[in-house]
Amino acid sequence: MNNEFLTVSSSPHIRASHSTATVMRDVVIALMPAFVAGIIFLGINSALITLLCVVTSVVTEALMQKYVMKRTVTINDWSAVVTGILLAFNLPISAPWWMAVIGSVFAIAIVKQCFGGIGQNFINPALAARAFLLASWPTRMTSSAFLTDSYTAATPLALLKEGGEAATALPSYMDLFMGNIAGSIGEISAFALLIGGVYLIVRQVISWRIPVVFIGTVMVITFIAGQDPLYHLMAGGLMLGAFFMATDYSSSPVTVKGQIIYALGCGIITSVIRLWGGYPEGVSYSILLMNVATPLIERFSMPRIYGEVKGDA
Amino acid sequence: MDIKHSTFKGGIHPPYRKELTKDKPLITVAAPEVVVIPMSLHIGAPCKPVVKKGDKVKKGQLIGEANGFVSVPIHASVSGEVKAVEPRLHPNGQKVMSVVIENDMEESLHEDIISRGELENLSPQEIKDIILNAGIVGLGGATFPTHVKLSPPPDKNIDCVIINAAECEPYLTTDDHLMRDFPEKIVYGLKAMMKVLGVDKGFIGIEDNKPEAIEAMFKAVDEKDNIEIYSLHTKYPQGSEKQLIAAVTGREVPSGALPMDAGVVVSNVGTALAVSDAIRLGMPLIERVVTVTGSAITDPQTMIVKIGTSVNHLIEACGGFSEPPAKVINGGPMMGIAQFSTDIPVIKATSGILCLNEKDAYVPEPSQCIRCGKCVSVCPVKLLPLYISEYSLRRDFDKCKSYNALDCVECGSCSFICPAKRTLVSSIRVAKREIIASSRKGN
Repeated sequence: MNNEFLTVSSSPHIRASHSTATVMRDVVIALMPAFVAGIIFLGINSALITLLCVVTSVVTEALMQKYVMKRTVTINDWSAVVTGILLAFNLPISAPWWMAVIGSVFAIAIVKQCFGGIGQNFINPALAARAFLLASWPTRMTSSAFLTDSYTAATPLALLKEGGEAATALPSYMDLFMGNIAGSIGEISAFALLIGGVYLIVRQVISWRIPVVFIGTVMVITFIAGQDPLYHLMAGGLMLGAFFMATDYSSSPVTVKGQIIYALGCGIITSVIRLWGGYPEGVSYSILLMNVATPLIERFSMPRIYGEVKGDA
Repeated sequence: MDIKHSTFKGGIHPPYRKELTKDKPLITVAAPEVVVIPMSLHIGAPCKPVVKKGDKVKKGQLIGEANGFVSVPIHASVSGEVKAVEPRLHPNGQKVMSVVIENDMEESLHEDIISRGELENLSPQEIKDIILNAGIVGLGGATFPTHVKLSPPPDKNIDCVIINAAECEPYLTTDDHLMRDFPEKIVYGLKAMMKVLGVDKGFIGIEDNKPEAIEAMFKAVDEKDNIEIYSLHTKYPQGSEKQLIAAVTGREVPSGALPMDAGVVVSNVGTALAVSDAIRLGMPLIERVVTVTGSAITDPQTMIVKIGTSVNHLIEACGGFSEPPAKVINGGPMMGIAQFSTDIPVIKATSGILCLNEKDAYVPEPSQCIRCGKCVSVCPVKLLPLYISEYSLRRDFDKCKSYNALDCVECGSCSFICPAKRTLVSSIRVAKREIIASSRKGN
C-alpha cells in the first residue's frame, strides 16, 4: 500500500465551515437593510457615498498591505468592506466626496493597518475616522449638514437637546422607527438596524450581550433622568453603534464579564453626553472611550476557570 | 429510577458522521495471519517479553510481564508460533519492542482462561488482582492501568464510579455498539469496580444521540443496583473526564488534581466490559472494538478486533479504500493522531481508524486572529485560548502559565471553531510541554 502521501498534522482534524471571510460577509449582509433604508429616505446619494467609502477602504487596504506593511494582501476577507460601509453610515448625506475618501484612508491606513491589521486595531477604525472628520470639519459633520430634500433639518436628538419650542417639531415614533428622520446615512432606520442586528445574533457573529446591555443602560438612565427612553433608543446612532460598532471584535473584550462591563460603560457615557454634554449625540465617543479601556477591562474580568481553587488565581 | 438529563458549559457541535457505522451490526473481523503485539500497550513502563522466537503460544497466554506498579501484563491474542521479538512500528510513531505471532488459526485457549467465579464470592482485592492480571487499561484512549485507578490513596474519599459512555468524538460508534449488544456485561463490570472501591453509587453517562444505547442500558440496570443513567446533551467534549464529572455530579475536579480528588473514578464502556469478561470468563484483554470509517473507506464498519491486528487488515475487511486516502487517523477526528503509515497494529488505545479523502483531509492556512472570542466561548475550561496561543507563539511561556495553560484538556474545540483557522490547541500543547519541562528543571 502506498503510504507516501498521507498528511500528518496535529489534531483536531476537522474544522468548522465558517471563516473570517464568511463572518465579515455576514456583517455586510446585516448592514444591507440599513443601506436600503438610507437610499429610501435620503436618496441615491447615500449609496454613492457608501460605495465610495467601500472602494477607497479596499484599495487603501490592498496598497498598504502590499507596499507599506509588506504583508499578504487580505482584501478578500471582507473586513475592509465592513469598515467602509460603517464609515459611510456615520457620514451626513451632504458629505463631500473627498471627505469620504479621506475618512476611509484614515480608517484603514492609520487606525487599522498601522497597528497590525485585522484584529489588532485598538479602536474601531470607522469611529476613529468619524471622530477625525468631526474634529477637522465640524460644520460639515454636525446637524447643519443633515440635509434632506434640499432643506436643512435638525436631528431628533438635536431638537431634544435644544428643548423648548424646538421639541414640538419632534418626529413621531413611527417616523423614528422606520427612519423618516434626519441623521447620518446608516443610523436613521431603527427597524432596518434591528433586522441586521438580529441576523448577526442568530448567525452567532455577535452575542446579544453588548447590544442589549448597551441599549438597556441608555434606556434606563434616560428614563431615570425623566426623558423618553424609546426616543433615545430609536433616535441617533444608538442602534447602529450598539449592534455594529461596539461589537467590533478587535476593540471589544473577549470575556463574558468584560463585555458586560464594556457595554455598561458605553451606555453610561452615551447617556451622560446626551443628557448633560455639549453634543446632542454621544454614541461614537462612548464606544471610542470604552475601546481604549478594553485591555484593562479584560485584565479585571478573567473568567473563573473550571476547577479553579480559591486563592490560586 | 428515571433517566436524568444534563450537560456542561461551553463546547462545540461538530458534524458527527456516526451514521456511517451506527446502524450496521457489530462484526468480528476474520483472524489475521500474523499479529504484532507491542510491549507498550498502556501508559507507564513497557512490558518485558517472556516469550522468544520459536515458542508456541496459546490464546490468552502471558507474553509480556508487567514492569512496575503503573504497568499491566500483555497476553497473546491468537494461538500460534512466535516468529520474532523485535522492534516494530507503533502508532505513536516510534519503533517499539513487539512480539510477532504467526496465527495457527486453531484458537486454542490457554489453560488459565477459566472463570474466576462470581462477584459475590470475590473480595475487592481479588477483583483488583483479576483486573491487573487480565491486563486491563482504560480503553477510552488514555490506556491508564485500571487497577491503579481502582487503588486510590486512603485519604481520598471516593463515593461513586462513572462509566464514560458519552462517545463525543465524531465518527466513532464503538461504545454505542457495545452498549446495544452487551449492556448486561457493562453493568456487571461497573458493579465490580464499585465493589473494589467500596462505593454504592454508580452512574452511566451517555450522549443523547444514542437513544438505543440509553434504552438498552436503562433496561440492564436493576432498581437495587443504585446505578443511574444520565442522558447527556450531544456536545463535544462531553466525554472529557472533567466535563463528564461536572455534568453528572455537579462537582469540579480541582485545578491540577485528579478525578479522585472530586471523589470520583471514571471508567470507559469497553473497560467495564473487559472487567466483566476477566471475572466471569477469565479472559484477559486481547480484543477490542474499533470503528473503521471515513470518506476514503468503501464500507465503514465497527468491528471486534484482536490486539496486534494490522490496520491494513481492517481496511481490507472494510472493502479497502474507495479513493486514495489523504489522512489516516488513529482515533477520532478531534483528538486522534494522524499516522504516516497504515502498517501499524491495533493496540489497546485504538478506538477508531479514520481514513479521510483529500477533501476532508484539507488543512486550511491559518490567518491573523480577529479576536472574535469564539474560542473563549467554546472552551470547556473557560480559558482564553487566543492569548495562551499568542504567548506560546512568542515563546513567553510564563505568560501562558499565568493564563492557566496547564488546565487545558486539549479537546481542540478552540481550533475547530476558529474562523481564522488558527492552530490554537497545538500551540497551547507546546506551551504546556514547555511549562512542565521548565518546572522539572527548577526542582
